[in-house]
Amino acid sequence: MKIDRRSFLGLGLGAAAGVAVSPATWKLMDDSSIWTQNWSWTPVPRDGEVTFDNTVCSLCPGNCGLSVRKIDGRPVKIEGRADYPVNTGGVCLHGVSGLQYLYDPSRIKTPLKRTGDTFEAISWDDALELVATKLAEIKDAGKADRIACVTNHGVGTIPGLFGRFVKALGSNNVYAMDTMDKTWEKTLEKMHGVHGTLGFDLENSDFVLSFGTGLIEGWGSPVSNFKANSSRKERGATLVQVEPRLSNTAANADTWIAAKPNTEADLALGMANVIISNNLYNTGYYVSGFGPGFDELTAMLKENYSPEAVAQTTGIKAAVIVDLAKRFVKAGAPVAIAGKGKGATPGSMREFAAVHLLNCLAGNINTKGGAWILSPQDYDQWPAVEMDDAASEAIEKPAMDPAGSVAGFFAKAGADKSVEALLISDANPCFALADAQAVTKAVQDIPFVVSFSSFMDETTQLADVVLPSHTFLERTEDLPSGAGMARRVTGLAKPVIDPVFNTKNPGDAILAIAKAMEGTVGDSFPWESYEECLEAVTGDLWSDLSDQGYAAVQETPPATRPSVDFTFVAQNPAPIAAEGTEADFALILVPLDNVRIAAGSIASSPFAVKTVADTVLLGKDVLVEMNPETAKANKLSQGDLAVIETPRGKATVKVNLFEGIMPGVVAMVKGLGHAMDENRYVNGKGVNINELMGPVMDADSGLDAVWGIRAKISKA
Amino acid sequence: MKQDKHGKNHKFGMVVDLDKCTGCGSCMVACMSENNVPFKEDESNKKDSLTWMRVYKITNGKSFPETEICYMPRPCMHCGGKGDHGHSPCVSVCPAVATDYDHSSGIVSQIYTRCFGCRYCMGACPYHARYFNWWDPKWPEGMESYLSPDVSPRMRGVVEKCSFCFHRYQEARDLAYVEERDDIEEQEYQTACTQACPAGAITFGDLNNPDHAVSQLVEPDAHNCGKPKNPKAFRLLERLQTNPKVYYVSEREWVRKAGDNYLDGEWEKVKNNHGKDHG
Repeated sequence: MKIDRRSFLGLGLGAAAGVAVSPATWKLMDDSSIWTQNWSWTPVPRDGEVTFDNTVCSLCPGNCGLSVRKIDGRPVKIEGRADYPVNTGGVCLHGVSGLQYLYDPSRIKTPLKRTGDTFEAISWDDALELVATKLAEIKDAGKADRIACVTNHGVGTIPGLFGRFVKALGSNNVYAMDTMDKTWEKTLEKMHGVHGTLGFDLENSDFVLSFGTGLIEGWGSPVSNFKANSSRKERGATLVQVEPRLSNTAANADTWIAAKPNTEADLALGMANVIISNNLYNTGYYVSGFGPGFDELTAMLKENYSPEAVAQTTGIKAAVIVDLAKRFVKAGAPVAIAGKGKGATPGSMREFAAVHLLNCLAGNINTKGGAWILSPQDYDQWPAVEMDDAASEAIEKPAMDPAGSVAGFFAKAGADKSVEALLISDANPCFALADAQAVTKAVQDIPFVVSFSSFMDETTQLADVVLPSHTFLERTEDLPSGAGMARRVTGLAKPVIDPVFNTKNPGDAILAIAKAMEGTVGDSFPWESYEECLEAVTGDLWSDLSDQGYAAVQETPPATRPSVDFTFVAQNPAPIAAEGTEADFALILVPLDNVRIAAGSIASSPFAVKTVADTVLLGKDVLVEMNPETAKANKLSQGDLAVIETPRGKATVKVNLFEGIMPGVVAMVKGLGHAMDENRYVNGKGVNINELMGPVMDADSGLDAVWGIRAKISKA
Repeated sequence: MKQDKHGKNHKFGMVVDLDKCTGCGSCMVACMSENNVPFKEDESNKKDSLTWMRVYKITNGKSFPETEICYMPRPCMHCGGKGDHGHSPCVSVCPAVATDYDHSSGIVSQIYTRCFGCRYCMGACPYHARYFNWWDPKWPEGMESYLSPDVSPRMRGVVEKCSFCFHRYQEARDLAYVEERDDIEEQEYQTACTQACPAGAITFGDLNNPDHAVSQLVEPDAHNCGKPKNPKAFRLLERLQTNPKVYYVSEREWVRKAGDNYLDGEWEKVKNNHGKDHG
């Protein structure tokens, strides 16, 4: 066929029309754009049947009920359990991030043994045998009292098994990490002569006076407190926050009272003086009248804590103190609470006692909306521990820290290097305790350290044997409430997935070690598995626990009306000052609890770190908060690199100016500065404030008492 | 133009009580977990940090001890655009119809496979609610196991944003269809952030339905593009006439004032209606 001009144009037009009409072009364009986005490395999550499993979170002492959404048996999302009495559907960001802990590739995947500076993977049998043999050697050498154990929490059957195991060996050295609960226990002993802890019925109180507690920064049982706090408007309740810095709690409160750091006790005592001298205290409440020391207290307060004197100490106007005292005591259901930040550290007994004095004067002990004295958790009933002669002899020796303080224990361990073996379960003292360097040194000096942990945290890195634990999503565990909760609820965590790695429930690990040791130690653990043990020792509670996932143990205030012994407060215990001299260190550095940063035994998840503001963490630098006035005095401006120095150490930080912090005070967030090589989401980000702080032990309680340390800062 | 000819249209919206919000960040993480939002080693450069829901911290600017702060969660506002006809700032500029306004739900969609990454929408959005995937998402080894099939993971080169958990709406509708119901209940469709908020600060529902809590909280004026009749309620940058479906409530005047920009002395004149009527 001859191609002439006519046919050429005809064919050309025909082709153009064909292309325009045919869907091929558009289809190909569509296909190619889909193809360019259909890259093999973009995951396509598998679909399947949707199911929900209930469990309980144990990332913090709040113990919220969780509902885990699963697709084809695979957990994909954590939500709050709507019918759970602690959190009724709400959930904090750490709980939601639970799956990031579960699947964290930096988790410990198998038992490890230290050889020199490195770890070597070994089998569970070998690891358990190794621990059993070593502990038996120490015991046989008559040094059983030099075996110690540190758990994260002190209640529940897993810490119970650890305590029982160490007892069966013949040692009293069983410690849980120090929290405000320990200070409350000692305060109750002094003021009511009872053994127990204090819970606060915040959801029914109409006037909450908080002395620096971070009610919405993660204090106690965080979600429960969020709920109580946000129902304030509907209930007509008031929140007053006493704190030198505008925390989220202070910002959310009806009134923020910026008292100078560590003068909370003075403010409370000043208020008590106003209440007593105006005869405003609740006389009707105490049928038998006040216990000993009331007259001495009255005189002492009158002499030392007049509104004018307290105004001088705290920086709060006298009229404000008087008004606050009157508003507090005249409220229908007032409650005063102490335990700074998240409540994860103890505190000064003078402060706790002064705050609790307000509760006593208001007559709110064991009342709706008040402070409840809760007897120690005792639902777990254990058979007697069997002990051979060596154990019975060793157990006669007292614990290394008679006050039961874990900080005190490590101070002693570091000083006399007498600890032979240390078992650590789910705790990270080398990171979370003040003066982290000294604690690290103390642990390094212990010849045999066994860590039961899911993560290669700072303490586990120093272990000789690592026994990897299930995360909370893989384990069974009873989780009793505490941490300032008034109602008592015990939850049951249940595995929502088979173990992702070669890990064990620490309860099972301890049972296996005990059995391997045979003799009376083995005999003290007659259970085949941790679950059997749990069912046996929880007794009456078990049916509720297993049926509904929790057991509500106590919902109403205890019926007793305890008497009050005022002697301790009446003695006017001396305030404990922050470490350092004002001449050398003009500023005060206070720790800052941020709800988005996990500051206890676990590190923050990648999701949690992602939510942290760039005014807190920028790249690898932590920003310290200071008033523009403080910055000016120290020749600093926003974003400057600076060196902050305390009597315990120094660090390079950046400066963040914040109007809401008292001049002369510098605040730095807790929970940063992890050294966990394999977890690049937290490793080397920021500074661990515990390297700048030191414990200041309270002679009255034997616990670390100070919130903050003196510091100075200059441009780097 | 109404696309849905069957039955009444929904207008899903959110109300955030800023006096209850504690800035805890649960909403941000619940959103990331629900919607397969990836994360990087360093997320402190907030301009490239993918946060469909972001909580801002604002202050009243006063010095110690008069300072106040307030947290302000910011999802996509799902703007109705001028006159509330569906001409949202982003929808108006998208050359690929990758983002569109659904008249039956009031939700602004984002179709990742249609998006070719021109980012006009990001420039158009006055709320910084849109984020661009500068990199391919990478989950640490093993963490892909927790990804949800309800929301497709995005790829490098596309824009993403809050969808009001649209997949949850689809699921609720599917269930209603199977159970032969005409419509879904208020509680059947709630976003992940609403569900997670431990302070109960977020309320979600149908602004067109007077029985829903969102309508009762802000009293949207149907004749005025949904402007809140409740004087304590406001929308961000109200006077741009974007007509967002996210409302904020606060008793604090300085917080309400922070929702828009005002000339000196202007606030006093408009503080009870936040600007002109939209007509």
